[in-house]
Amino acid sequence: MANPSTVKVKAAPSSSMMPVIAPALGWFIPGAGHVIQKRYIRGALLLVSIASLFLLGLMMQGHIYKANGGDILDILGFIGDLGAGGMYIVTLAMNGGQGAIAFATADYGTKFMIVAGLLNFIAVADAYHIAIGKKQ
Amino acid sequence: MTIQLSHFSAAFVFALFASIVFGITHRETTRDMVRYGLYCFAMFLGGILLAGWAMWLVRR
Repeated sequence: MANPSTVKVKAAPSSSMMPVIAPALGWFIPGAGHVIQKRYIRGALLLVSIASLFLLGLMMQGHIYKANGGDILDILGFIGDLGAGGMYIVTLAMNGGQGAIAFATADYGTKFMIVAGLLNFIAVADAYHIAIGKKQ
Repeated sequence: MTIQLSHFSAAFVFALFASIVFGITHRETTRDMVRYGLYCFAMFLGGILLAGWAMWLVRR
């Protein structure tokens, strides 16, 4: 018989639609997938971290990738940037993220924005795991 | 608005935010999240310093 203190209790999923809604919302607004599942502090920390990284990248004159079928690194850059969700869409709509080779740190900015998107993908997966009850 | 961070401050900010996300997403309990976040932060900064000194040695 298993020791009761070592048995992991899985969280029950809160809604049948939550495994769809939480990741989708979390992709569009970083951390929102956690917030709608009542993980307010985690959601706020994710929002601050991912949004700060993305905005710092923009302010460092980083380049934002658009959908393309060219160089493999450009395609990977686009996939990374796409992870930032709403911030990526707004930046594209405002014609931001043109990149400035005059600044030595602009390349860091480009990487900051890609990593912000990739981190948001991880946060989306985490929101999904919470929604299906795999994580508390 | 344009900002220009130094190499180290850019790496510091990157390590800080990436560690927060790693801590939250890779562990179950709050205590473990904090511990793992701090561990990641230390590894990021330690790696940066080690790589920096390694490049300094290679350059000589």
